Amino acid sequence: MERRLPLLVCFVSGLLMFIMYFSSHPTARLINLTVPLYWQIVFAFTLIIGVASYLRNNVRGIKKGESRPYRIVSVGGFVTMVAVAAIWGIKADTPFMWIFENIQIPMQSTVFALLAFFVASASFRGFRARSIPATILLITALLILLSRTPLGNLFDFLPDLADWLRNYPSMSARRAILVGIGLGSLTTSLRVIIGIERTWLGGDK
Amino acid sequence: MLFPVLATTANVGWFDPDKLWTLIAALVAIVIVLYTTYHRKSRDKFKVRQIAGISAVEDAIGRATEMARPILFTPGWGGDIQRPTTIASMNFLSHIAEKTASYDCTLIYPTHDPVIMTVAQEVVRESYVRAGHADRYREDNISYVSSTQFGYAAAVDGLISRQKPASIFLLGTFEAESLILAETGNSIGAIQIAGTDSTIQLSFFIVACDFTLIGEELFAASGYLSGNRSILASVRAQDILKVIIIVLLMVAVVVASINEISGEQLLGWWGF
Repeated sequence: MERRLPLLVCFVSGLLMFIMYFSSHPTARLINLTVPLYWQIVFAFTLIIGVASYLRNNVRGIKKGESRPYRIVSVGGFVTMVAVAAIWGIKADTPFMWIFENIQIPMQSTVFALLAFFVASASFRGFRARSIPATILLITALLILLSRTPLGNLFDFLPDLADWLRNYPSMSARRAILVGIGLGSLTTSLRVIIGIERTWLGGDK
Repeated sequence: MLFPVLATTANVGWFDPDKLWTLIAALVAIVIVLYTTYHRKSRDKFKVRQIAGISAVEDAIGRATEMARPILFTPGWGGDIQRPTTIASMNFLSHIAEKTASYDCTLIYPTHDPVIMTVAQEVVRESYVRAGHADRYREDNISYVSSTQFGYAAAVDGLISRQKPASIFLLGTFEAESLILAETGNSIGAIQIAGTDSTIQLSFFIVACDFTLIGEELFAASGYLSGNRSILASVRAQDILKVIIIVLLMVAVVVASINEISGEQLLGWWGF
């Protein structure tokens, strides 16, 4: 029963949502709008479990002395945000929004900015002409890069060549991958709906 | 908010005729998948081509065990448990967890989604029980870190930098954090196996990781590792559907060429 009930719920929900997709009847639209709301309820409850797990792990880590400074900052940040939100609220011009805009967003932007350096180091490795495919990749990348710089305007053919590379060879390869992904997603979804795929329940048994 | 929607569509029928061809295509696909899955002969004669990423899984686990360092597995920030890619990555996780339980190797699983965390905890616990080492299971190793994209990236980066895992599995739905994680893993010399359904992030994984499962390979590999014959058989359905799509594309090319040369819509029926 512990396994059968979730499988039955999954089958009925999957079948229902599949059927509703092909209907524009008001009832079908109502179901399409309502069912995702249940997902938010499930998420809200699991978020409590997630936050509890996060706090428990970090507090335990602080006691054991594992990465203590990072964990103290982490738990301190969490407690501070909850406290200021509870005392002053989360509207504009509150300490919560000030911390969010002046500390959290800049920190996130900093991590995002690292991407520029990582792109450079990954490109350096990826573009080394060690084989014929790597050489083709290098030449193609150089052509695209040049076409997007002021130097590209010196050669009339370059922007057109770059567009052709992006719209034909690159796009066709990308679409081929997308077809494979679409088919993989379809079969995986069907396996979940008909109950063959049970990993989400913990396993086959 | 829902009532205006209902009022404006009061005279609409149950079936939307605009979606007729989508329905036919979906039904054809479903019939093929169900046939290959349940037909005994189809399940008996099945072989998956060699995928480098699958062969490397065992090596990656063995490497971590020999080096006495952990394995890090993360499903990326872009997906939730409803996404087929996340389901496919759970099959990988199940297989890897069973091996790490047997070899007494630490498995770390940071995630951005508490639902994924709950499912992953269940998957890993079951795998440890199946391996006969339930006592080695540590719930704390499967943890929720942050729901924000770069909070998650920073947390996983920190874990990689401090714990220095010998092997890293980046399997799931990734967005801009993909290269940040893959390059950090590369900098500590970890063997990295990646796979995602995002074509943009695939290019980053290809340059930064040792093995990359491209597109459908992620789904095929997860079926292969699960060892379930029904799941494996459904991979055959993907191949059949792929052949059908190739044939349709070839017909489309011929029809488009004839129309272009003749200057008329001789085969206008293709317009569906």
